[in-house]
Amino acid sequence: MKFLDEYRRREEVHRMARAIHRLATRPWTLMEVCGGQTHTIVKSGLQDLLPKQVTLVHGPGCPVCVTPLDMIDRAIAIAAQPEVIFCSFGDMLRVPGSSQSLFDAKALGADVRIVYSPLDALQLARTNGDKEVVFFAVGFETTAPANAMTVWQAAREDVRNFSVLVSHVLVPPAMEAILSSPSCRVQGFLAAGHVCTVMGFEEYEPLCRRYRVPIVVTGFEPLDLLEGIQMAVAQLEQGRAEVENQYARAVRRAGNRSAQDCMRAVFEVTRRTWRGIGEIPSSGLRLREEYSRFDAEKRFGVNLPAVEESKECIAGLVLQGLRTPDECPAFGKRCTPDSPLGAPMVSSEGACAAYFQYGKRKDYGSHSVLPTPAVGH
Amino acid sequence: MEVTLSCPLPQLATERILLAHGGGGRLTNQLLEAVFLPAFSNPLLDSRHDGAVLTLDGLRIAITTDSFVVQPLIFPGGTIGDLAVNGTVNDLAMCGARPVALTAAFILEEGLPFEMLQPVVQSMQEAARAAGVQIVTGDTKVVDKGKGDGVFVNTAGIGLVVAEDPINPASVRPGDAILVSGDLGAHGIAILSVRGGLEFEAEIKSDTASLWPAVEALLNGGIAVHCLRDLTRGGLASALNEIATAGGVGISVEESLVPVTEAVRAACELLGLDPLYVANEGRFVAFVPQGDAERALELLWSQPVSAGATCIGTVQETPTKLVTLQSRIGGSRVLDMISGEQLPRIC
Repeated sequence: MKFLDEYRRREEVHRMARAIHRLATRPWTLMEVCGGQTHTIVKSGLQDLLPKQVTLVHGPGCPVCVTPLDMIDRAIAIAAQPEVIFCSFGDMLRVPGSSQSLFDAKALGADVRIVYSPLDALQLARTNGDKEVVFFAVGFETTAPANAMTVWQAAREDVRNFSVLVSHVLVPPAMEAILSSPSCRVQGFLAAGHVCTVMGFEEYEPLCRRYRVPIVVTGFEPLDLLEGIQMAVAQLEQGRAEVENQYARAVRRAGNRSAQDCMRAVFEVTRRTWRGIGEIPSSGLRLREEYSRFDAEKRFGVNLPAVEESKECIAGLVLQGLRTPDECPAFGKRCTPDSPLGAPMVSSEGACAAYFQYGKRKDYGSHSVLPTPAVGH
Repeated sequence: MEVTLSCPLPQLATERILLAHGGGGRLTNQLLEAVFLPAFSNPLLDSRHDGAVLTLDGLRIAITTDSFVVQPLIFPGGTIGDLAVNGTVNDLAMCGARPVALTAAFILEEGLPFEMLQPVVQSMQEAARAAGVQIVTGDTKVVDKGKGDGVFVNTAGIGLVVAEDPINPASVRPGDAILVSGDLGAHGIAILSVRGGLEFEAEIKSDTASLWPAVEALLNGGIAVHCLRDLTRGGLASALNEIATAGGVGISVEESLVPVTEAVRAACELLGLDPLYVANEGRFVAFVPQGDAERALELLWSQPVSAGATCIGTVQETPTKLVTLQSRIGGSRVLDMISGEQLPRIC
């Protein structure tokens, strides 16, 4: 398949891996920011190809994982109202709230539907005039423009039975939170390519300067990731700290201006709580005042008691790259995709789910049962 | 800034049936193990094959049943009626049995237009004729509007076991070649493409078909078939995991050898689905001795339903009962059973 197979070719991948082997003389720890990248790494067995000096830690870029507990509870409370059709991307449905997931709510009779685009939810609102259609607007800068566009259209058409439950988050503030933590061990970032297709990479330049950390905008295929790693390791070995763009086939420095304009027209920056990490200032989006009539939180006025998250699961540490999933005592034992303790075990972009699904489990002897392909020098 | 840590510890309402209990993955297995198997336990059921083989007066009879609840009722390449006939015919075929007769039970929803029911019944008639079986008895019930989903169909079937040796996971041996009968994922993607307003440029049609001609070709050709499994819900990955667990063997599959069409691959990439977990309704996997593999492939190629057959891996001598996948780029990973339904990802 064009634009995919070229980036999965075995010979090219191994050639790039050999280049990294030649380059790395010291131990380096890199974080891939996006959960989609984590999944490629684990799914294609990329870690097996890297020299032992290069450690990859997995970042917070899993929208499902960082959506706070009380927001999931709020979604469930709204979905449970008899007049509501609650629409969400499929990923969110399995995520545990404080006592239920949206799937559980559906089993109890809530009208919860999976949509592929927020515009599908708006269409449901147009055709179900007697219902209140609510869309769960989650995700990073990647999903925000389409969600903004949907609200803008709803406003233009004056669709009154449509609203959005907004829990958008932004990537650069999360990277800064990780960098500024005293326990940070990340020496370089593979920035999330899809986020950068929208936002460009100008906003990473201050971060790069302030923390002297290489940031390489990186794609999602095996060869993309290896090239991103190669570029980051080269910077570290040479003592450079720059923003570089590996994903040039999709990302421009300024990003997609019209998507950004649409986002800014509808949303404004606000503080957000990140599940497992805590509150980060200026790290999320909410509806602007002129669109607040589409705010599901206001429309349904759900008042829920504050919920405490347990300290038992280490998702917060995993999302900051301080631990790998298999270092958690509960991993694969008390915490599995069937009975998850934390959101990263649920989402298709969560690091714990990737480790579980693709077999990085201690009970399997992890790497030892799997033959490791030789990477020659 | 100091980052404070906290994390969720939810209690899921697992005492209820969730959709994932019907997904064919781990939750389905848990349901079987927790509720059905303890209640009905007997050696035939406990072997957990697609059907059971009974010996009556020296005659080996295969028996199986399946229910069909697909939406929409009519989709590219088939209807719920095709599925209901072929699904049960295929379960019999997977026992090495020539399908003989089917039953059909309909649960209809009040208000269903006859014009929706007619094409379903007609496609059942055609599928039964193509598979060489008759629908010999049946039942009809109507439920209140809103209590059904148009049409639910249950079929049961009996067949005459033709295979001389037992065809089941216990017969699988290290070194066996693993053959799939054609490209994977078309049925699941065909259903998705007409559900929820997705539109693809290329029309992807369901692969629903009777697999008996392919199985018959193998058996008539004298292939020592060790195990057969049709790749319905949960796809190839779930079937291989079930066989690895039940047969106590390890399975190794080469990702680049697994046949998936460009159109299905593209749809899966777009939606964040893995074709190895997507449902098929006219595909199966066959475990045969390595020495028979090439001849088995030639026999499969002689039948239209398995013209795209290919060898994707081998059975390993390992204590771990794992399915491992050699990725395209040469890494390796475990190909696990799916937890519930595959869900399209956010971005």
